[in-house]
Amino acid sequence: MKPILEVRRLTHTYSVGTPFERTAVEDVSFSVAPGEFLGIMGHTGSGKSTLIQHLNGLLRPTSGQVLLHGQDVWRNPKEIRQVRFRVGLVFQYPEHQLFEETVYRDIAFGPANMGKTGQELDRCVREAAKLVGLRDSQMEKSPFELSGGQKRRVALAGVLAMDPEVLVLDEPAAGLDPAGRENLMANIRDYHRNHHKTILLVSHSMDEIARNASRILVLKRARILMDGTPEQVFARGEELQAAGLDVPHVTRIALALRRRGIPVDPGAYTAEALEASLLSLRKDGAPC
Amino acid sequence: MLKDITLGQYFPGDTVAHRLDPRTKILLVVLYIAALFSARSYLTYGIMILCLALCVSVSKVRPRAMVRGLRPVLFIILFTAGINLLFTPGERNLVEFGVIHISDTGVRTAVFMVLRILLLIMGTFLMTYTTSPISLTDALESLLNWMKRFHVPVHELAMMMSIALRFIPTLIEETDKILSAQKARGADLESGNPVQRARAMLPILVPLFISAIRRADELATAMECRCYHGGEGRTRLHVLQYARRDYAALTLGLCICTGVMVLGRMGM
Repeated sequence: MKPILEVRRLTHTYSVGTPFERTAVEDVSFSVAPGEFLGIMGHTGSGKSTLIQHLNGLLRPTSGQVLLHGQDVWRNPKEIRQVRFRVGLVFQYPEHQLFEETVYRDIAFGPANMGKTGQELDRCVREAAKLVGLRDSQMEKSPFELSGGQKRRVALAGVLAMDPEVLVLDEPAAGLDPAGRENLMANIRDYHRNHHKTILLVSHSMDEIARNASRILVLKRARILMDGTPEQVFARGEELQAAGLDVPHVTRIALALRRRGIPVDPGAYTAEALEASLLSLRKDGAPC
Repeated sequence: MLKDITLGQYFPGDTVAHRLDPRTKILLVVLYIAALFSARSYLTYGIMILCLALCVSVSKVRPRAMVRGLRPVLFIILFTAGINLLFTPGERNLVEFGVIHISDTGVRTAVFMVLRILLLIMGTFLMTYTTSPISLTDALESLLNWMKRFHVPVHELAMMMSIALRFIPTLIEETDKILSAQKARGADLESGNPVQRARAMLPILVPLFISAIRRADELATAMECRCYHGGEGRTRLHVLQYARRDYAALTLGLCICTGVMVLGRMGM
């Protein structure tokens, strides 16, 4: 399948020519297939945030290219807004960007900027609100009256209302309580499953990525360290830990078992996979 | 990008200019300005230029950074030059074209005025380039300490100033973030008439004000939690202390300043 989004040898350097010059992304290349759920992980300062701001043309690469459907997003700088409608980006703590008087009007900001009006606009807003589980009674409230988790939903709906082809989420569940986290991630999973959209999820939480992503990209000091399926990536758990990253709880158990001489599959990152691996070892007569 | 503005930005370094006591630097700038305003001849301006050049080379601040800081005041400089050039009467007119008269005194005054503004700005910039904002406010508090006797809240003012300075980069970063977030939702800040553009700023300004107020609130709570109650009986982490190089710099500065003033009085 032809990739929907492609990053070619992307490099970004901040404050060129000053004492504060710093390369945040260096020679990064990868492509994303339509409908893929890609997890991006990396230590703080590994360049994740800089990287994702290139995907919708908020930052311009120092060198390299970002291609959307095979076309350079910067081919026509005047049309860059069109790219931003097609690649929706939800920043960290997006509730800090709420500004309108009512929840409804805040969600409508994006689609209204696209030029939508009347019934079409109303439909976009209502659908987005439904996707994140906002009730109709909340739509005419001020966003500042809502709780933290609900504000987060409003902000997420503000991007979903533009109906982007690719959705990029930067730590969408950070700072929420466990129930809120699980709730929000379930919404995102449903959205991915039911709408067949491409999703890029940036997260610190390995369990969150392990549970959702079909492919994982690991960044370390501005470069790509790993790119593969969760099995492939978590099988290199020790390297991940050396890069200052967490591994899923189950991987940690698998690694500990291997250190004690029980040769379980290191790529088992779900409880079911580890169980299967242990059972097959027992069948082979291994000591466990 | 907003991050690239340099007005009053500190360039860390380890030169004599950086190590001088911040109080010395403030006093030197005061002397420098006093001298600058009594200079009225090519000789005295020459001395001032030489002083600044020397300080810049000692501080190792790149000349390009010095020039870049002048960009925001370019208009004022050109305006002053134009006014002085056209409206100063003199003994001899160099150019006469309709209503435009440019006299020899006019040219002289224009050159001096431009030099004065340039030197004034670059000199004060050099201080902020080589001194961190925090030590500058510390120095101000220490220099204005005598006003406490007249119940001027010097410590509180200095604290307000350091908090304000401390939050400039934070707020710039915040603005940058909000700007990106709204642009990601298709906010259009570049086109339209002035009214539309002003309206387009709302999605940036509202979240910015909210976050500034939230931050102020959090900071106040954090300060109270650590029992902050003003300047009384408060000791400092960095105690300012004059060293030998400060006395040397102040003596030198005083000599040059007096010299320029005397030369100015004598009409040279």
